[in-house]
Amino acid sequence: MAAPLLTVENLRVSFPTHTGRVEVVKGLSFTLGRERLGIVGESGSGKSMTGRSILKLIRKPGEVTADMLEFDGVDILSQSEKQMRAIRGARISMVMQDPKFSLNPVMTVGEQIAEALVTHQKLPRRDVQARIIEMLHAVRINDPERVAKLYPHEVSGGMGQRIMIAMMLIPEPELLIADEPTSALDVSVQAQVLDIIDELVRNKGMGLILISHDLNLVSRYCDRILVMNGGRVVEECAAGQLENAQHPYTRGLLAAMPVINETRDELPVLDRTQWAGT
Amino acid sequence: MSTRDWLLADSPTSRLQANVGRAYRVFTALMRNPLSVLGGAIILVLLLTAAFAPWIAPYSAVGQDLANRLMPPSAAHWMGTDELGRDIFSRVVWGSQITLTIVLLVALISAPLGLLIGAIAGYFGGWVDRILMGFTDIFLSLPKLILALAFVAALGPGINNAIIAIAITSWPAYARIARAETLTIRNAEYIQAVQLAGGGPIRLIVQHVLPLCTSSMIIRVTLDMAGVILTAAGLGFIGLGAQPPLPEWGAMISRGRTFILDQWWVATMPGFAIIIVSLGFCFLGDGLRDVLDPKSEGKN
Amino acid sequence: MNAIDLTNLDIAYGDTKVVFDVNLSIPEGESFALVGESGSGKSTILRAIAGLAPDWTGDISVMGEARSHHVDRNVSRKVQMVFQDPYGSLHPRKTIDAALSEPLAIHGLGNRGERVEAMLTAVGLDQRFRFRFPHQLSGGQRQRVAIARALMLEPKVMLLDEPTSALDVSVQAEILNLLKRLRREQGLTFLMVTHNLPVVSFLCDRLAVMRHGRIVEIADVAQLKSGDLKEPYSRELLAATEGG
Repeated sequence: MAAPLLTVENLRVSFPTHTGRVEVVKGLSFTLGRERLGIVGESGSGKSMTGRSILKLIRKPGEVTADMLEFDGVDILSQSEKQMRAIRGARISMVMQDPKFSLNPVMTVGEQIAEALVTHQKLPRRDVQARIIEMLHAVRINDPERVAKLYPHEVSGGMGQRIMIAMMLIPEPELLIADEPTSALDVSVQAQVLDIIDELVRNKGMGLILISHDLNLVSRYCDRILVMNGGRVVEECAAGQLENAQHPYTRGLLAAMPVINETRDELPVLDRTQWAGT
Repeated sequence: MSTRDWLLADSPTSRLQANVGRAYRVFTALMRNPLSVLGGAIILVLLLTAAFAPWIAPYSAVGQDLANRLMPPSAAHWMGTDELGRDIFSRVVWGSQITLTIVLLVALISAPLGLLIGAIAGYFGGWVDRILMGFTDIFLSLPKLILALAFVAALGPGINNAIIAIAITSWPAYARIARAETLTIRNAEYIQAVQLAGGGPIRLIVQHVLPLCTSSMIIRVTLDMAGVILTAAGLGFIGLGAQPPLPEWGAMISRGRTFILDQWWVATMPGFAIIIVSLGFCFLGDGLRDVLDPKSEGKN
Repeated sequence: MNAIDLTNLDIAYGDTKVVFDVNLSIPEGESFALVGESGSGKSTILRAIAGLAPDWTGDISVMGEARSHHVDRNVSRKVQMVFQDPYGSLHPRKTIDAALSEPLAIHGLGNRGERVEAMLTAVGLDQRFRFRFPHQLSGGQRQRVAIARALMLEPKVMLLDEPTSALDVSVQAEILNLLKRLRREQGLTFLMVTHNLPVVSFLCDRLAVMRHGRIVEIADVAQLKSGDLKEPYSRELLAATEGG
């Protein structure tokens, strides 16, 4: 296999509490090529912290350590904040959960996308406009010229998230981290947004880390899945092999979901004591 | 089980234990911030000084000794004496009682008044809100000291009238805060849940909205205490606050002004007292804000 | 007798009308779901029945009695609501005990201590949670408290506004089981709003599909299970859930 895009070895994230430091990620290791990796887990499993620590977005007093955290030959942990700013956005991008909080309310959509582009590339103004329109087209916005002039409060949730994706992908990063990109959206819009991410990631040959609580969704859009619980990976499998999951936690999660043709009178409940990490 | 365990118990067994435990957590969090500890210590010293003034002050606050007038600080008079030969240290110590009275009374009058008006305006909205807030705006649009001056001028000079004047000028700020908080709380689902259970507006405002406004109010009031002391001192300085021979700090500075070039200590010593106490309230207020802010609640 | 009757119901928020001409009858003991996307007006119907969205025309009857436009104490004994966000529905400065005692205090009911203890047991919470504050509880535990609070006045009708959508999958299963058991034990009528069709399949008997403030289809859950929905929009929703 060629040199991986991202190598993570023994990643640990901890936060202080009044009873001492508590680790929320406890020794996570994985490598990522130009592929689509899904990280699944329930709240408190440490999945979001994993995504944030790759971009060095964990604030003090949180602490990140790892034997190795390397992105394309660059040691992330030893980068200064200034060097990280050159990586964030340009080479690794992140799509957050709710577009309402990620878009600047006093700038038009076009201006924000332009800003994302020109901070990392020097381009003539005309080219910038063309790239923005092209990008908005790519996220399936029908009349990009009009939408570029709108303010964030004038667009719907689904469109807001598509704009976010346009913003994140316009500098052509090599890795996209999507943290619950659709959980604030309606079911029908969810599929649209994920299809767009999927298409762009495939076409550009990027790496994708999709972080979600939804097993089905991740198995549909990823090649490989890590199931996290209590800060550890409990199961790693190919997306198609989810039904054959071995770990009782994964099996428990799968069983706990109701299905459309539900015949069970009672849903099986996870016995938390078995894996409760903390 | 030690007292500490009882206070920090994860599963309190009574309402009392739950509430005392919460207070204890706030207290320990406050103690972790050195500046707020310093602020707390200053306020504590102020309280003790005021309580034990007769035992601490070596001389009377009003006893004149014309033979020893305008003496520089010395072993006999730690802060020197003023133009009537009164011991400045003793006057500062006695003055702490006056300062504390002003601060407490202003807080007790203006904070609840502002809180109630703001909460009512925010909860009901509509014309109630417009009338109450219009009234508040009129007060807010006038400079505080000038307004206080006008009131004192109308009511007549004196410490009690100064307190009333300051209280009247400081409630509008609290009403504004309480209204803003109430507006964010009013549509919360826990408020709607009580409405659904049949709870009326009085119960909602008093038992559910006000408790959430109080922490920001406590913070704000503590931070404003410095301003209150300064306003009181300002009124005293102009001669509309405490009247001679009361050892009010502002009035003392005013008297010392005449001698400021040759006998600096007369004006400076009470000035120090004002600065230190104001700082103490500011530090404590800052610490309280970090601990009590509802947004940091639950982060433990 | 019907637990809920809605006749020609129109609901507005300020100047914008959000629900149009809804007619619905839910017999006592039934579990009924309103499904649709956000903005389809499904939550608004719930709020109007509860008395939190007073700007409506038409008729709303609860347990055979027409209700007024505002929250009233008589109705609160009959119908209660569980909100979506377990983090926003409990007062941050009040212990669980205080939250559960409140409805009893409002209605002047006695024996509060015993009733609170009994209700904690009923919703599967240990007694040691009684004097905790909400921030010491997990999302699932909070939702149990919210359900307990709604049941304190022993209502016959429960309005459930996306009661599990803010919860983890495994916790969702626990809450769904709890709701199902409570309904069986206390003979409750459920009117639930959700966008999650599998949850409807598990918990409900009938459903209404809503779009743009109107009901487009009312169906049996059996139809949902067999994929036998008539309207194209309902089928679209179903397809999106199944993920094609």
